[in-house]
Amino acid sequence: MRMLINVAETVVADALRGMAAAHPDLVVDAENRVIVRRDAPVAEKVALVSGGGSGHEPLHGGFVGPGMLDAACPGEVFTSPVPDQMVRAAAAVDSGRGVLFVVKNYTGDVLNFQMAAELAEDEGVQVASVLVNDDVAVTDSTFTAGRRGTGATLFVEKIAGAAAEEGMPLERVEALARRVVESSRSFGVALSACTTPAKGSPTFDLPPGELELGVGIHGEPGRERRAMMTSREIADFAVDAVLEDLEPRLPVLVLVNGMGATPLLELYGFNAEVRRVLDERKVPVARTLVGNYVTSLDMAGCSVSLCQVDGELLRLWDAPVETAGLRWGR
Amino acid sequence: MSDTVLDAAFFVRWMTAAAASVEREAGRLTELDSAIGDADHGNNMQRGFVAVVKVLEADRPEAPGGVLVAAGRQLISSVGGASGPLYGSLLRRSGKALGEAAQVTREELRAGLQAGVDAVAQLGGAAPGDKTMLDALVPAVAALGTSFEEAATAAEEGALATVPMLARKGRASYLGERSIGHQDPGATSSALLFAALAEVAK
Repeated sequence: MRMLINVAETVVADALRGMAAAHPDLVVDAENRVIVRRDAPVAEKVALVSGGGSGHEPLHGGFVGPGMLDAACPGEVFTSPVPDQMVRAAAAVDSGRGVLFVVKNYTGDVLNFQMAAELAEDEGVQVASVLVNDDVAVTDSTFTAGRRGTGATLFVEKIAGAAAEEGMPLERVEALARRVVESSRSFGVALSACTTPAKGSPTFDLPPGELELGVGIHGEPGRERRAMMTSREIADFAVDAVLEDLEPRLPVLVLVNGMGATPLLELYGFNAEVRRVLDERKVPVARTLVGNYVTSLDMAGCSVSLCQVDGELLRLWDAPVETAGLRWGR
Repeated sequence: MSDTVLDAAFFVRWMTAAAASVEREAGRLTELDSAIGDADHGNNMQRGFVAVVKVLEADRPEAPGGVLVAAGRQLISSVGGASGPLYGSLLRRSGKALGEAAQVTREELRAGLQAGVDAVAQLGGAAPGDKTMLDALVPAVAALGTSFEEAATAAEEGALATVPMLARKGRASYLGERSIGHQDPGATSSALLFAALAEVAK
């Protein structure tokens, strides 16, 4: 195990202290595990709060700032945060126009955010929630917990964040967030398992020379294991898996996302293959983002997320954003 | 045994024994969770029950119901994941059902725990056979009508019975057929709770 840590127990707290040191425009409460933009609550603005297990950085804390989230609640590694965190965050960012919770579809996140929403409403905060479930690798049926929330979370937080920044009311921001969810799909591939600090050994056993197709972002195994494939073959498989479900009629945003241990050199090469497949399938690309945004600790591999966008969604995607993990415009 | 009355001190001993048991078995719970989940169940339960013991030491409620409500609240505030709300609701709702009585009988405890198990089923949307903690809890609460030992045995057997099941809830459900052949970590920790109950009732 080669990890740049002190002890497993303090990994999250240590990272939060480091974030505080690096980003003076954030208020980082390491004890209560809430990251808030320094100018919150922003007058007359709907606030966005998200959160989830740690280990997916820069998601979510790296997306706190003007144009995106107002607050993020990091849980333990791969463990959803507790309701107390979201209640505290909601109280810190609510300007009186309400709070939107952005929740990735995992049983733990759903239950804890649900409890938090009830508690925050008891305290007089108006709360709406949107569930992100974009991962086509999971069959969405009554026999599973439903599709997981993965890369599309970035699309939702960016676009809904821009809508809130423009002063839209809670119902509009919520409706836009839902539209982004409905317009987005993702598929992930692991070339290696990841190692949680607490366990110290890989979360699943993936022999060299094999890859896991349809992997999640918590080191949970995927649906199918195959002999190692080329970047070209993986792009064909992943993009087709997404397109089979999305069938876009509009141009798409493309997120080629690294899982944490795959170099940008390889991710850009993979993006070239993703573009080739999209060209072959006659899907026009509106914007592309390549990098490590929704990671899974030290897992090697990547995911592809597509979001079909009309003029309004594209305008909100292009709107200025100033966060640690995503920054453009102005 | 059926006439035994259980007071708040008994419930504190139960929670303390459960904490010790979770501490002992944390490695095994995490190991089971790494096969079909995300390898954190042991650590999360350990963190939660350490917090429960601490809060009960600091402020000991006077009624059995109060002990379970305080323990449940603490689990919700400290565990996270799905286990936090599910175990937290189990204890909190059981405690609420026991009310403010200073002493309860085994039968009253059984009825209280039944309310807690119903809350878990409602919150998680699961049913017995879905390879979840309910597969240990439901038979255990039923057997508590007979004795503490029978309840512990039923919980343990219920946990073992999850091995051939196909997971339909929680993270293990993503695995589909590949979830078969592994014991459910949540059912396993539920069995620890009933083993601890039988231990302190001896």
